[in-house]
Amino acid sequence: MTRFDPKLVRGDIPLMNRVINGRPITYLDSGASSLTPRSVIEAMDRYYQFHHANVHRGVYQTANEATAIYEGARESAAHFLNAPGGSEEIVFTKNATESFNLLARSWGAAFLQPGDVVLVSEMEHHANIVPWFQLRESHGVEVRFIPVTDDYRLDLSNIEESMHGVKLVSVTAMSNVLGTINPIRELANLAHSHGALLAVDGAQSVAHLATDLVALDADFMIFSAHKMLGPTGLGVFWTRQEIMAAMPPFLGGGGMIKDVSTDGFTPASGPSKFEAGTPPIAQAAGFAAAVRYLEGLGMENIAAHEKDLTGDALTRLALEFDGRVRVIGPPDTEARGGVISLDVQGVHPHDVAQVLDQFGVCVRPGHHCAKPLMKRFGLAATARASFGPYSLVSDTDALLEALTHAVEMFG
Amino acid sequence: MANLDDLYREIILDHYRSPRNRGELAPPAHRTEGFNPLCGDEIVIYVQIEDGVLTDIKLTGHGCSISQSSSSLMSTAVKGKPLEHVRATIATFKDLMMTRETKLGEEATDPSGEANLRRLGELAALAGVVKFPVRIKCATLAWNTLTQALDEVDA
Ligand SMILES: Cc1ncc(COP(=O)(O)O)c(C=O)c1O
Repeated sequence: MTRFDPKLVRGDIPLMNRVINGRPITYLDSGASSLTPRSVIEAMDRYYQFHHANVHRGVYQTANEATAIYEGARESAAHFLNAPGGSEEIVFTKNATESFNLLARSWGAAFLQPGDVVLVSEMEHHANIVPWFQLRESHGVEVRFIPVTDDYRLDLSNIEESMHGVKLVSVTAMSNVLGTINPIRELANLAHSHGALLAVDGAQSVAHLATDLVALDADFMIFSAHKMLGPTGLGVFWTRQEIMAAMPPFLGGGGMIKDVSTDGFTPASGPSKFEAGTPPIAQAAGFAAAVRYLEGLGMENIAAHEKDLTGDALTRLALEFDGRVRVIGPPDTEARGGVISLDVQGVHPHDVAQVLDQFGVCVRPGHHCAKPLMKRFGLAATARASFGPYSLVSDTDALLEALTHAVEMFG
Repeated sequence: MANLDDLYREIILDHYRSPRNRGELAPPAHRTEGFNPLCGDEIVIYVQIEDGVLTDIKLTGHGCSISQSSSSLMSTAVKGKPLEHVRATIATFKDLMMTRETKLGEEATDPSGEANLRRLGELAALAGVVKFPVRIKCATLAWNTLTQALDEVDA
């Protein structure tokens, strides 16, 4: 498939017309949330204008249409991920965070015994740490961390020794701070050779790299729609059918039951078991449109485009600031995505982001919900720039120009 | 439009680059920690109080230019002052952060605001912070921590 024209992609994003402090917006915060193409907004609009009804059990026409839209989104997700068991393996949640809580509270609580180990890494988002600490409190599991090397990679040198007692390895496919891409297939082999399962945090990877669940051989995959050009309010939880069938329900209520009487309840089977209450229907319509949009561009093309942007930005950052701007993450594009964390000597990340805002440049200051990683590198915060398929070299130009001002201002 | 120069006044940058009263005080000086979980800013305040006077104050910690300069400016404003005076300065400063916060977008014509500014002297340099609502917490961190320190000493 031929490369797309990122300028045309930008034209599909209404928010790119915003002018901030007198300048066209330079949006470099796709790692926090991506911008929304018109087709995604229109898909949600169409649901509200023509098909708005609750899903399932409806008999009338619009209810059937709403159900078709919602279930169709499950099909889209399964196709997008190359899920081996199809759409029956896709559960919709509120966001990636809720998906991790589902994993911990349902699978973890049911299948982990006191003393069993959940192996995460030092570069995880809090969404893949806190639920395990909660499970430690309630179920006595142990939470162990794969260290991160000085080169911003997972330190797998002593991994065999760390596998003792491990029942689940849960690791991010791409760090939301460092940009590091982790060797998921290798981790799947490692986990499986020790009788453990592998969960993958795809929040940062699914919009930027092709995901093939068959090739990755993972057991759980988790991400949010709002970081992949889709709407807020929808997360995905994928697992194999046989694992899902054994998992007890998480949240209880309507929609997740087969039967309820005054004596008790029987849970539904399939993904419905985990979808209590009215699901995010409009968001599912938007999510399906986002998947269509990404597939239209081609994930390989997106990855190649962002790799070019990242390589260019890393080179120029290294050249233009006399060492005053340090990249916290791998220095080249080898196994690395378009998330660039900056440490500007003598300028606090909040001040960096504040000065950049004056130039219409949107970057995120803070710990990025990865405090163990920040601590590992002795930082309280970084200023993070991140790319999307609509990003252009001119965004990097604007970033560097604004950074120059920040550096000068604080001298 | 809020202008960067309103936020990063020269006095603020000066106190950020060369913070005053940095360091620690040995016991019996009182030590209190303040923390802004949102941005990870941390401050440790040491206060020495003798006969109702804040005879010495030292600060350590890390944070953005606003939190660092605010704590530095605060230390120079309260050092050597009677406690009533210290409390009054805290109240005036926090008032400044509040009144402006609720009047966002309006010009600072509020007479009590102007009186505040005069009374605050150098601290008035921080008045521009209220045009940047997310930064108010940075500016008030040191002051809330000092209040906590005084309350702990009182208790
Ligand atoms: C790697 C990673 N995991 C998990 C999350 C959590 O996503 P959400 O806030 O949508 O639940 C994020 C984003 O904040 C992330 O970057």
